Amino acid sequence: MPPSTQSADPHRSDVPDPSAASAGGDPSSRRTGPEHAGPVRPSADRPEPGSAASNSAVPDRAASERTEPDRPDPRPGSQRPSSQRGDPASVDPGALGPDRLEQVRLQASAAIATAGDLDELAALRTLHLDGRGAPLALARRALGALPPPERAEAGRRHNAATAAIRAAYEARLAELTAERDARVLVEERVDVTLPGTRRPLGARHPLSALSDHLVDVFVAMGYEVAEGPEAEHDWFNFEALNLGPDHPARSSHDTLYVDPVGSGLLLRTHTSPVQIRTLLSRPLPVYVVCPGRTYRNDAVDATHSPVFGQLEGLAVDEGITMADLRGTLEVFAQALFGSGLATRLRPSYFPFTEPSAELDVACFACRGEPARQPCRVCSDEGWIEVGGCGMVDPNVLVACGVDPARYSGFAFGMGLERAAMIRHDVHEIRDFVDGDVRFGLSFGTGN
Amino acid sequence: MKIVMSWLREAVPALPPAKAVADALIRAGFEVEAVEPVGHDLAGVVVGEVVSIEIVRTKKKDVRWVQVRVAEAATRGVICGAFNFAVGDRVAVALPGAVLPGGFTITARRTYGQLSEGMICSASELGIGDDHGGILVLPPDTPVGTDVAELLDLADDVLDIAVTPDRGYGLSVRGIAREAAAAFGLPFDDPAEAASVPVPAGRGDDRERAVPEQTASGQTASGQAGAGQTGAGQTGAGQDAAGYPVVVEDTAACSRYVARVVTGVRPDAVTPLRLARRLALSGMRPISVPVDVTNLIMLGLGQPLHAFDRAKLSGPIVVRRAREGERLVTLDGVKRELDPEDLVIADGSGPVALAGVMGGASTEISADTTEILIEAAHFDPVAVARTARRHQLGSEASRRFERGVDPALAPAAAHAALRLLTELAGATAEAGVTDIDHRPAPRLITFPLAETARLGGRPYPAEIVRRRLAEVGCAVADTITGAGTGDGVGDGTEAIADAVAPAGADGDSVGDGALLVVPPSWRPDLTRPADLVEEVIRLEGYDTIPVTLPRLPAGRGLTRGQRIRRAVGTALAHQGYVEVLTVPFVGDDTPDRLGLTSDDTRAAVVRIANPIAEDAANLRTTLLPGLFAAAIRNIGRGQADLALFETGLVFRATATAATPPTPAVDRRPDDAEIAALNAVLPEQPRLVAVVLTGRREPAGWWGPGQPATWQDAIDAAHTVAAATGVDLTVTADALTPWHPGRCARLSADGQVVGYAGELHPRVIAAYGLPARACAMELDLDTVIEIALARPPVTAPAVSTYPPADRDIALVVEAGVPVARVTEALRRGAGDLLEALTLFDVYEGSQIGEGKRSLAFGLRLRAVDRTLTAQEANAARDVAIAEATRLTGAVLRT
Ligand SMILES: [Zn+2]
Repeated sequence: MPPSTQSADPHRSDVPDPSAASAGGDPSSRRTGPEHAGPVRPSADRPEPGSAASNSAVPDRAASERTEPDRPDPRPGSQRPSSQRGDPASVDPGALGPDRLEQVRLQASAAIATAGDLDELAALRTLHLDGRGAPLALARRALGALPPPERAEAGRRHNAATAAIRAAYEARLAELTAERDARVLVEERVDVTLPGTRRPLGARHPLSALSDHLVDVFVAMGYEVAEGPEAEHDWFNFEALNLGPDHPARSSHDTLYVDPVGSGLLLRTHTSPVQIRTLLSRPLPVYVVCPGRTYRNDAVDATHSPVFGQLEGLAVDEGITMADLRGTLEVFAQALFGSGLATRLRPSYFPFTEPSAELDVACFACRGEPARQPCRVCSDEGWIEVGGCGMVDPNVLVACGVDPARYSGFAFGMGLERAAMIRHDVHEIRDFVDGDVRFGLSFGTGN
Repeated sequence: MKIVMSWLREAVPALPPAKAVADALIRAGFEVEAVEPVGHDLAGVVVGEVVSIEIVRTKKKDVRWVQVRVAEAATRGVICGAFNFAVGDRVAVALPGAVLPGGFTITARRTYGQLSEGMICSASELGIGDDHGGILVLPPDTPVGTDVAELLDLADDVLDIAVTPDRGYGLSVRGIAREAAAAFGLPFDDPAEAASVPVPAGRGDDRERAVPEQTASGQTASGQAGAGQTGAGQTGAGQDAAGYPVVVEDTAACSRYVARVVTGVRPDAVTPLRLARRLALSGMRPISVPVDVTNLIMLGLGQPLHAFDRAKLSGPIVVRRAREGERLVTLDGVKRELDPEDLVIADGSGPVALAGVMGGASTEISADTTEILIEAAHFDPVAVARTARRHQLGSEASRRFERGVDPALAPAAAHAALRLLTELAGATAEAGVTDIDHRPAPRLITFPLAETARLGGRPYPAEIVRRRLAEVGCAVADTITGAGTGDGVGDGTEAIADAVAPAGADGDSVGDGALLVVPPSWRPDLTRPADLVEEVIRLEGYDTIPVTLPRLPAGRGLTRGQRIRRAVGTALAHQGYVEVLTVPFVGDDTPDRLGLTSDDTRAAVVRIANPIAEDAANLRTTLLPGLFAAAIRNIGRGQADLALFETGLVFRATATAATPPTPAVDRRPDDAEIAALNAVLPEQPRLVAVVLTGRREPAGWWGPGQPATWQDAIDAAHTVAAATGVDLTVTADALTPWHPGRCARLSADGQVVGYAGELHPRVIAAYGLPARACAMELDLDTVIEIALARPPVTAPAVSTYPPADRDIALVVEAGVPVARVTEALRRGAGDLLEALTLFDVYEGSQIGEGKRSLAFGLRLRAVDRTLTAQEANAARDVAIAEATRLTGAVLRT
């Protein structure tokens, strides 16, 4: 089989039939009955519709090159048995004469030079170069008939003619291959702007992504992540956090209680009970962040949600000061809104911290500069209120069995929705719980 | 709390402009939410005298053509529609060119046949009140031509301050003035002390001196208390025969009760404009002199007062808890059933007021009232808060009592009220003072000097600590018997001696590095060194705290479980699922809609006692209803091809243990106590779930896309499992809410961890989901537990020898699950089997009714050699034989 045609269908020649490569194929058990066309293995090497590979008229260059070594070796001295088995009757010693060889060369070269396509060229190669009936092959057979003194000379002449024809062939092959490639590559052009995402990516929820991001910042500093139940006991959510039985936050206007009312169960109103659980269960020192879902007695609307995410941090160690809190919050603020923004602490009140403070971060949009206002982000305040913080109240430490004279600690907390709303310019808090995929997909997979 | 700057300046005259004061207050912890300038935009309004009035009659209405004299020799004609003034009255005239609030400019204009050269103004037109009733008539002695804005001090600023609940004293001009003075280092004259100046018309000068000082001593208190308790029915007689009789039954809930009486209140008295405006700017409506006076005292000093019509009181006042069945009609006209816990003020007729919350209608002062009993009391914050909450009745008074009112303030506040009533309503103060005083002894705090630096993170020298504590009103001394400790705290020594004496200073010696501190009476929030630290640090400024980072020990990073959870979320997102976080409340009908039987753990709902909505009163037991709702919301908005996922806790009621006692908070609860608390919590496993509707592969130029099927739901489970490193086993099941023929039970390590498949048509109908909607739900906690228990992966020996591939087709009964066939093949093929692929499933006439043809590819390979055809065929044949034995499979030929 001529190499060029063998390579015409690259899918036949490139991918070996699995049975051919296996250790002894057993055709008897392959495939199944003809009626049901037989189960056909889905395979990746089926031609794709529309791809140039399905055009069997177009040989693949790589494949044709790979087949080159299969050609019979035309060099003298590496005679193949077939040439010795040649029919002596057809030997014509005159074919090795210089004029004859020159004539053969000229004819062959002329024909090759005008070959119209690769198939014709392949035929010409057989005709003039490699075929059993090619003049050079016939002349070669005459070599043996010459008297030895003439053989060497005739052999050289024959080789020279062969090499010349081969050179002509190679030159034309290169030309035609280049032409063919140029044409095929044009033909194979596709519109790469066709939309191609047949399995689009989904998305992480922006609050999950933000929580993970902030958690990573603290984990990098050496904090660990602590978690706790969302349906929580009053003692962890209020009592141990220095919110006495009559604290206003306990009002059923603010807190969702689990039925029956006397059960002491509620939906945690902050992630702070995780701080209590952490102090009760881990050896000191403690450095944790506590992300999670919390609940308030608010109906869903543009600015309220009964469910919202929080992230709190807690550090309890010997020698912890408010200066440490300030430094930690600066890292935190940068993680949230970018570096280079000033922070400030404003005295405030929380039952579970003393002293207490609100954390403000300079508005990333206007930086408090009147020239950049009015500012939609901060309402011209110049500051964004991020969350509450303070030194852990001694009563909290005592309730957890920590000696407040020896240990001190800080805690801070923030609402994820609010931070995400500012960071991503979200206007309605309900977007976080509605689950609209247009909202969700805009945030991508979270990295 | 709205603070009028001009009022604030009365206490601290040297204060800078309002904006600077606001900034300083914010820095000190008082959140100024707004600085509202008022009256700054008023110009060109002068005092005019009405010279003559002429009625102009028109068809529509009558107006008046008024001549006003606005300067010595200048009279202007003005058309005016109001009739509430007469010739000779002084009025405010806006001349042409004048500007009224809102930038409204006055021009001369021709109207009613006259050239009206200006406008006679009402109070609301001047921006000083909401009284549209008529023209503002000024006092008769007001000089003509005076600029009204200057005259009435109209240019002012109002600070709107959100006061934190620990700082009740901040709900007064007095309290804010003290903070402002401290912020700017200015002297502060306590208005409460000014208020103690004797009433000019009063008759009981000797009595006045008995009014206790701010830091009144405990001894005085107990002395009076004794009289109050023993003198039931004739209370006060011991101190002053003329004092109104008061009995305080519950002295814990009412530690101070001061009553004063005024007589001869002129019913026609009017609150002067200046004070009315002050009230209005503070957010309160001027009503009558007695009411306005009580409000002014409350706003100025922070002491809520109540004014009873003395004539309507019968017999002694008794401060007690309400009795079962008692009722009270409060000032808002609501008849209230009282609770035995409610603290009430009662007289012979029964309750006449809810103590500290609201007065009763029966003793309310009216336009005819001439005798008034002023009550200035201190009620327990908790008692007031509970009553206010119980009756859903918040008031300005209750707001202050809940946050703590200065118990030393009552006499001075009553006194100040009397003086104002005397001045404004011609009243006469009766000399008798009832003051029943059961205040506890002042607290004494031993305050280590190093404590401020220990928490603050920078040095705080002793003199700064002392000065700052003095600024907030603390009495400070070095030792119990110590001499004066310097400027401003000299009188502190007395207070400390007073505080120590009743406490019995039994060798409570103070070391070198400590101060003895008695917090002021208006600061019930200061009880511990940490509270004092906050005062020092905040007055010094939080911005003076350095910025450092703690030196942490090395952390262990995220736990494996936490990392796996993230991986699950990421994997699903990368598979096209959009994460949602839904509201976890569901309605009572959810178990029915899901088709759950009552013994299903997913029917064991946890109920909210005070749900936001009655139709969503239960916590979710499965993530699916929330996902369904999100899907339907999306479909309603035009997005029909959905792949949603959610990860979160669900709540399942457990057989509840008895409610454990609440542990104390003055120590660590022991492990048994903690365990008891945890035992009553509902189960809260973390699940992951997906819901699929419409197409999984979108339609596009490449074709019509692929609908989401039960396979995609199972595939999602495999995605989760793969992210955790756990292998899932799939078995057919028929659990609701899934389609009984298209429900896969998912197991790992022998445990059922979830289900996946197409939803039951009935559930689809119940929720209004599109047909063929699919879902998956896995117990993520359990899957992660299984993942964590797995030993490290053992690497396979990767053979470099060529594989032998054998394809077979088996015919089995259609009901035989593929999983069973593959299991049999695997078992039969043994270790040589590298991979098993099902590449075709066929059902049809050619293989017979009720049968299925399954075509498998077996890839066989040995680690150590090239398999011979015989070896490969033998393995294949054993696999087939095993499938035949276990599943009845027949080799298709
Ligand atoms: Zn801004």
